[in-house]
Parts: sequence; structure tokens; C-alpha cells
Amino acid sequence: MTEITSTHYVVLSFLLFSIGLLGILIRSNLIVVLMSIELVLNSVNLNLIAFSYQLSDLTGQVFAVFTICVAAGEAAVGLGILLALYRLRQTTQLDQGTELRG
Amino acid sequence: MKGLVWLIPVLPFLGAFLNGVALRGRIPKQTAGWLAVAATGLACLLSIAVVGSYLASPEHDAHQPFELDVYTWVPAGLLELVGAEGAFAELTLSLGFLVDPLSSVMLLFVTFVGTLIHIYSVGYMAHEHGFQRYFTYLNLFMGAMLMLVLGNNYLVTFVGWEGVGLCSYLLIGFYYDQEFPPYAGRKAFIVNRIGDFGFMLGVLALASVFGTLRYSELFSSIAANPERAEAPFAMGLSVAGFVTLCLFLGATGKSAQIPLFVWLPDAMAGPTPVSALIHAATMVTAGVYMVARSNVLFQLASGTSTLVAIIGCLTAVMAATIAIAQTDIKKVLAYSTVSQLGYMFLACGVGAYSAAIFHVFTHAFFKALLFLGSGSVIHAMAGEQDMRRMGGLGKYLPVTYRTFLVGTVAIAGIPPLAGFFSKDEILAQTFAAGGGYRLLWLVGLLTAGLTACYMFRAVYLTFHGEFRGTAEERNHLHESPPVMTMPLVVLAVGAAVAGLVGIPPAITFHAADWNVFHHFLEPVIAHVAGHEPRGHLGLGLEWALIVVSVGVAVGGILLARRTWGGQVGLAQGEAWAARFPTAHRVLRNKYYVDEVYDATVVAGTWKLAHLLSRFDAGVIDGLVNFSRHFTVVAALLSGFFDRYVVDGLVNLVGLVLSQFSRVFRRVQTGLVSQYALVMAVGVLALVFAVVMLRSL
Repeated sequence: MTEITSTHYVVLSFLLFSIGLLGILIRSNLIVVLMSIELVLNSVNLNLIAFSYQLSDLTGQVFAVFTICVAAGEAAVGLGILLALYRLRQTTQLDQGTELRG
Repeated sequence: MKGLVWLIPVLPFLGAFLNGVALRGRIPKQTAGWLAVAATGLACLLSIAVVGSYLASPEHDAHQPFELDVYTWVPAGLLELVGAEGAFAELTLSLGFLVDPLSSVMLLFVTFVGTLIHIYSVGYMAHEHGFQRYFTYLNLFMGAMLMLVLGNNYLVTFVGWEGVGLCSYLLIGFYYDQEFPPYAGRKAFIVNRIGDFGFMLGVLALASVFGTLRYSELFSSIAANPERAEAPFAMGLSVAGFVTLCLFLGATGKSAQIPLFVWLPDAMAGPTPVSALIHAATMVTAGVYMVARSNVLFQLASGTSTLVAIIGCLTAVMAATIAIAQTDIKKVLAYSTVSQLGYMFLACGVGAYSAAIFHVFTHAFFKALLFLGSGSVIHAMAGEQDMRRMGGLGKYLPVTYRTFLVGTVAIAGIPPLAGFFSKDEILAQTFAAGGGYRLLWLVGLLTAGLTACYMFRAVYLTFHGEFRGTAEERNHLHESPPVMTMPLVVLAVGAAVAGLVGIPPAITFHAADWNVFHHFLEPVIAHVAGHEPRGHLGLGLEWALIVVSVGVAVGGILLARRTWGGQVGLAQGEAWAARFPTAHRVLRNKYYVDEVYDATVVAGTWKLAHLLSRFDAGVIDGLVNFSRHFTVVAALLSGFFDRYVVDGLVNLVGLVLSQFSRVFRRVQTGLVSQYALVMAVGVLALVFAVVMLRSL
């Protein structure tokens, strides 16, 4: 049984981030996009905590707590926009709302 | 009392203001007339009181004038004097009045004769339109004349001088609805302006050299120190020479001397009382007054004085010869006035200033009387002025006839009436001047004979013989109302006795000196060292001169009686004139002086005016029009530039922007995932770039 090192954390974090980013870019359902954003944020949190643990510096963990707070606010705003879009279009597909096209 | 001297000119001005502005058209005719009379009459009474209190004052005993400065009019500040290197003087001109013997004499007779003529006018103008306007102008004239006489410096005198000129213009053109009077008014005004120009130059020269215009300072400083006045000034003349020449030019304009006398005969177009007051008794003597006032300067300028004497003498004889051939009764009197003014200047020229003022004084009485008498005749003849249509009026107009006769005898120089004393004094002083002045004396004597002759011609043609008018005119003949005859009688008394204040010592064989007038004026006539009056005549010579001048006057009367007297006076006179057709034609046409002036000065002025008008129309208007065209073209060009260059640039910017935006707006697809993709790619690119740069 090998010991879990920072590299593992970083790789896991990278995978999570990549999956989240891919989700943001290729999915057109707003709910899935929001979920992907959570994934991205949490991959960052994982990174922060891993390095905090390794460096024995609590700043990273405190930062992670902040990120969770911001993520909560972001989710609230995102769901608000989602509801508004749904009321307007009866859909949650992002490619249905292209009013800002030049 | 003499402190009230400022009120004397104010009273007539007030009268003019009331009649002309405040109460215009609100009071009946007669009231307006008597208001004007009251203004002048009060001024006359006040003048008597002021002169009386001056005579009783210590100033008079000390031969000093009384001066009253009402206020500082022109504080002109420091002035660098001309002809004195680096000397400065504080030039301050005040509105001030002066009472001295000379202004007293002028003041008294101007207000007295003025009052009588105002009274006479109430009757004379009763049937005329513009009654109130007439009395406004007449009062205005009195005010201006009193300013002229009372001013204590040249500037105040000049204000009065211009004021009387203005009133003269207004009153000559009084009948503005006729053709000739306005023309005559303009002529008088323009000719006077030519003289006023000279007056102004003289006054400015005085101010620039002496730094003051106040008579008392100016004359006492010159008399004490004549070198300043004798220093060379301009045009090869001394200061005194230049100034006197300029002042004399002013005097020839105002007092109708050669060459500026042409306006006075035409001035008879005004109402007759105006001719009496302004163009005979008062205004035209302003020139003599001014020369007598400036006697210090004239004494220092012997050349100008000689010129004054010659011009005066020539004017006297020229006007007298013209008068003898005139048929208009007022024209005769007008030329007679010019001629008598010539005498006054002759007296000034030979240094007999008090004799000149004495003649001004006596002349005022008898000439006003003669003019008013002629006015009475014209009134009776319903406006007719031609003596050829009169005749035999003596029995219809007894008062007028008798008073006119008194005036005629007075002007003819028959003792003991006024004209004799003054004219005799002038002739005696001219004779006493000696040398070439003897010739002037001879001409003056001849003129005295002519004067007697033409005046009695007028009397014979007007009052003697048969009536030559129509029957209708004969029925209209009537003596004038008392308001007109009363002044005639008063003036006749004046013309009879006014001369008695100046009896020459020779009359009493030097036993008593009764020449009050001469002694009264003595303080005004300065004594300049080196310019003492000319020699005195012996008693026998003086008597001889008196006898000769009376003899010549009687000769003139007898000549007139032989030629124009009797029942058929006019026909006889015309037959006599027909024997000298050329001379008669020349005299009747006044030596063609008007025609010569028309052909030279007037035509020249017209030509110049036309030339200037063409210059105006061609060059000035051309320039203005050119600038207009230029502006229009420039505006077009500027508009073109604005529209196509400036606006074009602005539009180009807009166009470029809109074309670019047409391309770049494609980026904005509205698809959030695309934006996110671009963002991610961008971040990756940046990270890649940073990593690559690090690794380098």
C-alpha cells in the first residue's frame, strides 16, 4: 500500500477540474453546467487542502472554506438565473437563450 | 445787488423756456407776448440795479471790474504754454460774469432797446402765425446776447456769440413756409460760421499762449508785459497779430464787414422787429464789442488795426453807395447798418475804442427806431416794402413819420442828435491819427454825406409826395396801435438825447468836460507802454472838423431833397438815375458781390461737394460693396470647406466604425458555452505562454 502523496491529490484534482471544465463547455443544460462549475470549484478546494496539509499551513484550509461559501452564493445566483430562464422559455437549455447575439 | 448779475441772462432764458417748452400752446397769444416782455423787462430793471450798485461799489472807484464766477465749467488741467519753453499753466475756464464800464454800457442798451422791441413785437406780430415761437426765439436771443456781453472770459462770450448766431438763423427763417427766408437764414448761418471759425482759432491761440481766457487776467498780464504778446507766433505774425486777425475775421462775420457782409441784407427776410433788434441794434455790434474788449491785443497789433480801419472804412462807403440805389425800405436800412458798423470798425482801427462803443450805443437807438418805423410803415402797407409803391405816408402815419424823421436826422449827423456826436468823434479821431488815415477820414466824411443823402431819400420816397399804391392799399393805411408807437416815441427820445453823454470837449471850448461816456469807458481801454493814443487836435481844427462834417451832412440832405423831394420825387429820382445807367445798375445790384460769391465760393463749394459725392459713390461705396462681395465669396468657400472637409471627416469616422462593427459583432453569438470556451482557451493560452516564457 503506497502512501498517498500530494501528487495523487494533484492528479485527482486535475481530473476533477478537467471533467468539470469539459462539462461546462460541452453540456447545454444549465443545471449540468452549474453542477460542473461545482466540480471545478471543489477540485480547487481539494488542491488547496492537499497543499495546506503538506505545508502544515492552515491558510489553504481557510481559503477552502471561503471557496465553499462563494460556491454557495454562486449556486444561488446560478439557480436564480436558471429559474428566470425557465419562466421565460420553459426550458433549461443554454442554446435557447441567445438574445445577446450581436 | 450786483451779485445777482447771473440772473440777468437767466431771466430771458427762463422766458424762452416757458414760452417754448413749458407753456407751449397752452396760453393765449397776448399772454405769451407779455410774458416775453416781462422776462426782458425784468432783465432790464435788474441790469439797471446791477449797474447802479456797481457804480456805487469800491471796485468801480478803483477802476476794477466786478466778477462773479458761478461755477468752474472746464477744469482743463495743466497746459504747456506755446512759446515759453517748459512753462505750464493751469487752464480753468469758469462760467463767470463780468461787470465793468464796457459791459455795463452794452448791458443797459441791449436790455433797454430789447425790451422796447419786445413790446413793439406784441403789436407787430399780432396777426402772425407762430406768435409763441417768435417770442421764444426772441427771448432766447436776449439771453444769448446777455451771455455774450456779460461773459468774463472768451469762452462764455463765445457761447453767447454762437447763441445769437443760432437765434439770428432761427428768426431770419421765421417765415419758413416761404421760399426766401429759410435760404437767407442758412446764408446768414453759414457766413457767420466762417467768421466763428476765425474767432475760435483766435481764442485757442490765446489759450495756448497765455493759459487763460479770463479777460481780467489776460489783459492785465499782457498790458504789464507786452513782450509775450509781441513774440512771433505763426505765419510771420506776432501772437497779438495772429490772434487779432482771427478775432477780426470773427467780427467781420458777426458784424457784417467786407468780405462777410453779404448775409445781413438778406437777413431782412425775417420779421421787422427782429431786423431792428438783432440785425441793427444788438447782435451785429457784438463784433465791435469784442474788438473793443480785446483792445489790448489790437493796440499791440498795429498791422491788424490798420486793416480793421481800412476794412471798416471801405465797408462804410461801399454799403452807403449801395443803399442809395435800393428801393426796398428795409434793404436801405440794412445797408445803412452795414455802413454804420463800418464806422465803428474804423474807430476801432484808429484806436478810438470808446468812440466805437459810443457809436454802437447811439446807433442802437436810432437804427432800432428806424427799423421799427419801417416796420410800422410795412404794417400799414400790409407787407409791402417797396418804396416805389409808397409816398405821402406822412399824413396817414403822423407818429411814425415824426419819429422816423428824428431817427433819420440822428443818423445823418445833425447836432444835437445822437448820431452827430458819435460819428463826429469817430471822424475826428480818424483825422487825428494822421498820415494815411487822413484818406480814410475823407472817405468817412464822404460816407457821412451819403448817409444823410440815402436816409433822406428814404424819407422823401416813403413819407412825402403822392401816394403811389393802389386805392385798396390807401384805404388800408392806418397809424399803428399804441403798443407799437410807444416804443417809437421812447426810442426817438433816446435817439435825440443819447448823444449828450458824449459831448466832445471842443464844443464847450474846453471850458467843461462833458464827455461822460469817454471817461466812463476809460478803465476798459488799456494803456500799453509804447502804444499811446495818437496826437490831439487843436481847438480850431476840431471846430473846423465839426463844421465840415455838419456841412457835408446838410449837403447830403439838400442833395436828397433836390433829387427825390417834392410831389414827383420818385420819377425825378429815376430820371436822375437814368443819366448814369451803368453806375446805377452796379449799385442797384450791390456791386454784384452776391453774384461773384455765387460764381466763386458757392459754385466752388458745390463743385467740391459734387466731387466728394462722386468720390463717395465711386470709391467709398465701391470699397464697401467690394468687401460685401468678398465676404459672400469667402463665406461660400468656407461653407464648402465645412460641408465637405470637416463634415466629411466626421462622417468618415462614423462610416469606418460602422463597417468594422459589422464584422466584429459576429463574435457576439449569445451562446454562453462559446464564451466560456473562448475564455478557457484564452486562459490555457496565457498559462501556456507563461510556462513557455518561464522555461526559456
